[in-house]
Amino acid sequence: MTTARSNPIGLRLLNQASLILFAVVLMIFGALSSAFFQPANAVNILIQTSSTGILAVGMTFVLLTAGVDLSVGSIMFVAAAVGGKLILSGWSLTATLVVMLAIGGLYGALNAVFITRLAIMAFIVTLATRYLGRGFGLRITETRAMNLPESFYEFGAARILGLPLPVLIFAVVVVLAHLTLTRTPFGRQIYAVGADLEAARKAGINTRWVLFLVYVICGFCAAVAGIVALSQAPAVSPGFGNNREFMAIAAAVLGGTSLFGGRGAVFPGTVLGAVLIQTIDNGLNILNVNPYLYPLITSGVIFLAVLLDAIRNRTLERLNRRRIFVEAETDQPNVKNHCDSSR
Amino acid sequence: MIEFVNIEKSFFGVKVLKGVSFAVKPGQTVGIVGENGAGKSTLMNILGGNLQPDAGEMRLNGQPYAPKSPRAAEHARIAFIHQDLNLFGNLSIAENLFIGGFPRPSAWLPFIDRRKIRERTSELLRDLQLPYGPDTLVERLSAGERQLVEIAKALAIDAKLIIFDEPTTSLTARETERLFAIMAQLRERGIAMLYISHSLGDVLRLCDEIVVLRDGAVVGNAPASELPMERMIALMVGREITQLFPQRDTKPEEGIALDVRGVSQPSVARNITFQLHRGEVLGVAGLMGSGRSELARILFGLDPCAAGEIRLNGQLLNGLSPRERIQRGLAFLTEDRRMEGLCMEAAIADNAALVALPRFARGLFGFVSKKKSRGAVRNIREAVKLTASARDAQPVKTLSGGNQQKVVLAKWLLNEPKVFIIDEPTRGIDVGAKHEVYRLINELAARGTGVLMISSEVEELIGMCDRILVMRRGEIRDTVVASEFDRERILRAALHDKAPA
Repeated sequence: MTTARSNPIGLRLLNQASLILFAVVLMIFGALSSAFFQPANAVNILIQTSSTGILAVGMTFVLLTAGVDLSVGSIMFVAAAVGGKLILSGWSLTATLVVMLAIGGLYGALNAVFITRLAIMAFIVTLATRYLGRGFGLRITETRAMNLPESFYEFGAARILGLPLPVLIFAVVVVLAHLTLTRTPFGRQIYAVGADLEAARKAGINTRWVLFLVYVICGFCAAVAGIVALSQAPAVSPGFGNNREFMAIAAAVLGGTSLFGGRGAVFPGTVLGAVLIQTIDNGLNILNVNPYLYPLITSGVIFLAVLLDAIRNRTLERLNRRRIFVEAETDQPNVKNHCDSSR
Repeated sequence: MIEFVNIEKSFFGVKVLKGVSFAVKPGQTVGIVGENGAGKSTLMNILGGNLQPDAGEMRLNGQPYAPKSPRAAEHARIAFIHQDLNLFGNLSIAENLFIGGFPRPSAWLPFIDRRKIRERTSELLRDLQLPYGPDTLVERLSAGERQLVEIAKALAIDAKLIIFDEPTTSLTARETERLFAIMAQLRERGIAMLYISHSLGDVLRLCDEIVVLRDGAVVGNAPASELPMERMIALMVGREITQLFPQRDTKPEEGIALDVRGVSQPSVARNITFQLHRGEVLGVAGLMGSGRSELARILFGLDPCAAGEIRLNGQLLNGLSPRERIQRGLAFLTEDRRMEGLCMEAAIADNAALVALPRFARGLFGFVSKKKSRGAVRNIREAVKLTASARDAQPVKTLSGGNQQKVVLAKWLLNEPKVFIIDEPTRGIDVGAKHEVYRLINELAARGTGVLMISSEVEELIGMCDRILVMRRGEIRDTVVASEFDRERILRAALHDKAPA
């Protein structure tokens, strides 16, 4: 009888690509700078990661359904702009934060309505709402930078149990997301929808509802990411959150989430990807690399991540092809790989 | 158990089901046969809650039954095993079994009761003798094993009625036997089954009753013992097909169309040598995985070959790309028309004109002449007898399997090939369309094209070919000429003297 075949080493390495990349990056920076491996720097990296990391966690939900959300940077901006206006006009911090979170969720819901009800491609919908949000935010801020009061900064500098608040929020988001994805019916249904939408529908899954929630979660996470980013630098500039969606996608993909849906994880995957991107930034900073080179290096890593995803998919495809023959071999047990497919 | 009363259903004004009525008794296995487009799938989708009927009703154990969703059908203990299995490779077996409704340890916690689903899954897997743990990812399983997981899924909801839609198309002979053994067990447990298949022999073997559908109406409903094969076919097509395989009057010519010498590729093919004459239909038999399709891919230039020569009308093909081989008169109808043979979203005309497109180019810039291509497509449509109701601009995916295959054939015929490699030309298509495909193959041969016909159905090869090559493990094990055609000899060569398990 057949037994489940184990994955070949190549695929296993590809699945661990982010870990290997991470180790390589650590070694390079560690060798080049002694300041890099200081514990203080590690905490620093985590604090810097938290905003992008939270954004990437939300993005992971969307990517798992084979969708994409290009509007998250704009969601951050709109939430921050409205929040800034409110707090400057005398609202309390708590009330402001609640409104910002609500904006994130509602913005996600708007995306979701277009995608699930009107059946427009997520790419197009969120590209449109990306510009919509940016324009709306610029209008309320009148394209001027807005400095937020002290209270925001204090909030960001707070520590609970010795952990900086941004890191703590990041950790809570990661734990909740991880439990949702791995332990709840909804989480497993996200994977099913991402693997095969039509099959998921036939299996009795409320696919529209799953997709809807995924975009709401992504929007909500974007608002949280915006709050965390503001707590570190309490000013809403016109470029706030701009292009952050690409960092988030890169982090998720770097962490092994497939753009084709159904594969990936928030922990360790996306978390690792986000930390990796920030580590590169941090390392370059410590090494005093010409800042103009940052985008080049970061984009190089992102390219590498997408390339690895493509290679992994091709490898999986080839394995699936080969299975036909392995299966047929059970009819003729004494042959090995007589019909290996080759390209 | 379940009763259909005057079920009607239309799509875009076309009536697909015209008042279908029949009943399934508890524990009975009922076969549903009919040509593609006869309404079998539509009827089953109504039963499974994927579609709602326009008129008529269903009764489940005497109660009205009108499922609004697959979920509702599940609650009524009706399971639907789709042809293209409905499983998620990225999830575990246990998760696949319960994806529609996970149990939770308490109403207060949102989490899945993992222990419960593992235990229940292990139990079901033991039941079906699948030697895997509940956490095994489904993508690790073979096609036959996945089918069993689907059955486990049906058992998990304690199904009283299971619908099988073409369950054997992707299974090996051995896996099919295993499926049938398990179906026999299910029957002993009193589970009613609806079995849809084009393989009429299987239907006769498995079913107590047979329902024959034609053009959305029941044209036959009788115990299997009263519906021999010929009668079934006659009812399905509405006329007697006296001969499924049409007679070909022409004989192969002397000239060699395709000359293959010593073609080898490590772990794929070993020393393949044969000559295909003009006007000959040369069959290739063998089990799945014997290297038949791989040989075709090598001949067409999709896969490399390490040694040997391939000549078409004397011209060496080695090293040429598929495009260059097409230009020299080679054509290849692939095994999987959905994935490799057609652009499913594109129009019929565009699909048909695809290969011969360079012929319709004109002028300085080589723009495609719409007039030329339209005219050519019109002629070829008639030649392949594509259903008249299909418009040229209609997407291919809206056609039935048989008509899709005709579009693929049309595409290659437009290019007037000298050698046509056809891989499983009649897989999953109905009797009527099969007959048309056979007729076209004969016509091609009569015009001097050499046809290399790969098929899993030995009867089909015996009915159509001048000679049959038998492959096993990437080698040609036997060559049988028409006068010596013998089912047993071919199977024996394909199986290496061992009786199939």
